[in-house]
Amino acid sequence: MKSGSNLEKVLAAGHFAVTGELGPPRGNNVEEVRHKAHFLKGIVDSVNITDNQTAVVRMASWAASKILIEEGLEPNYQMVCRDRNRIALQSDILGATALGIKNVLCLSGDHQRFGDHPEAKNVYDLDSIQLIAAFKKMRDDKVFLNDKELDGAPGIFIGAAANPFADPFEWRVVRMGKKITAGADFIQTQCIYNMPKFREFVKMAVDQGLTEQCALLAGITPLKSVGMAKYMAKFVPGMDVPEEHIKRLQGVDKKKQGDEGIKIAIEMIHEIRETMPGVKGVHVMAIEWEHRAKEIVEGAGLLPRPVV
Amino acid sequence: MIVGDSKPLEEILEMIQGKEKVLVLGCRGCVTVCNVGGEKEVGILATMLRIARKKAGLAPTVDERTIERQCDPEYIEELAEVAEGYDAIISIACGVGPQFMSERYPKVPVYPGINTTFIGGALEHGVWSERCQSCGNCLVHNFGGLCPIARCSKSIMNGPCGGSANKKCEISPDVDCIWHLIVEKMAGMGRLKELERVWPVKNWITSRDGGPRKRVREDLKQ
Repeated sequence: MKSGSNLEKVLAAGHFAVTGELGPPRGNNVEEVRHKAHFLKGIVDSVNITDNQTAVVRMASWAASKILIEEGLEPNYQMVCRDRNRIALQSDILGATALGIKNVLCLSGDHQRFGDHPEAKNVYDLDSIQLIAAFKKMRDDKVFLNDKELDGAPGIFIGAAANPFADPFEWRVVRMGKKITAGADFIQTQCIYNMPKFREFVKMAVDQGLTEQCALLAGITPLKSVGMAKYMAKFVPGMDVPEEHIKRLQGVDKKKQGDEGIKIAIEMIHEIRETMPGVKGVHVMAIEWEHRAKEIVEGAGLLPRPVV
Repeated sequence: MIVGDSKPLEEILEMIQGKEKVLVLGCRGCVTVCNVGGEKEVGILATMLRIARKKAGLAPTVDERTIERQCDPEYIEELAEVAEGYDAIISIACGVGPQFMSERYPKVPVYPGINTTFIGGALEHGVWSERCQSCGNCLVHNFGGLCPIARCSKSIMNGPCGGSANKKCEISPDVDCIWHLIVEKMAGMGRLKELERVWPVKNWITSRDGGPRKRVREDLKQ
């Protein structure tokens, strides 16, 4: 075992993994973190704690991760390269693992111009692939980036993200391969709506042997409404929401659109699990909808979660 | 001006390994002024390459050319007839040169022969110093005409920091503490009081942090 995290053990035991997501509050409201965590307990194997997502300032992801541990859940500590240089990145992973955090997700991070402090300077000292390699080096070689020895190396299960729907399409699998070469133990994809395109992506990954080297988890985000679907289709870069999903949501009463979105998510999980053996689990991102994550995971027949 | 350093000859030789017909391309802009990429330097580099390649038993074909500016499509166009006849072009202009050349002549590999280092000026013959970081929002008049963004190692706007000693920066005795100089300068002008202002956070959108920059001047566009 690299980290002995629950997620690592679930995957190693050959179970279809389920991860969730929790966005920390825009303040130090501890109760809010506990409240959201409560909805995910026993529902997912590990919970991604976002790191100032969309470049909006929120409670530090390591702190929210620690609160999750206190609540009996396993966090997957997200870290972006936007806000820290190599000194802070290395220091933070040491601090995080000292607090009991065992999974990390390495990301470049959304550019600050998307966020609530667009005037900020950015860092990007390392990119996400270099960050993965740095953490692998710290874990396996027990040294810092500068080759100096660590007084205690971080046992960490290293994650990365992949977006099969960003351009250029053919390069996406190659780039995911680079993350795996750098040391990613698991990959979580961007939200999937265009299933044929995702199938093509997975096929390429399988053909290149990538799914044997690394656990690929498919990203699932339920569409809450026609409005959300249209917004994502139009305004979120790298998001591919086919017209058929929008039409399907439009076909039901406004109050029922959320239920329909959850149905679509469940159907997608079934399809992925039953027809894409290269995929080892799902990453359920019920953003600000944590209380409905259970319906999705239960509906997909993935409860109870294995105890390993 | 934009200041640059020549790349080591070994690095250039390695880049062009296996390339028969080579052109060394200079620029009469900034890099001529800072003696790193003008006609004279084109001649020196081409000669060194010929000698080194001849010694290694390789084809010594290295042509020389210097154009007015490599940051202007109009001059890049002058190479239309010849550019793609080369196996390698070594541009010894700033970083704009290899990119403009590559964009205009996609078939020929273009290599950078210099490292672009900073925007600065000559202190004396053979000595240059950084003066501007192109942050896109000039504030030097507030600091006695001395830029803390480009010249303070920490880009501190409310300096000097605690590492200032004997007018020098904590990173090296060879680096002036610009904040020490700012304080002296403002005191000399009787404007020290102005430095008591607590400078608020800077808007970095106009700098590189806001993403790659582009300017469109409608009054000049044709």
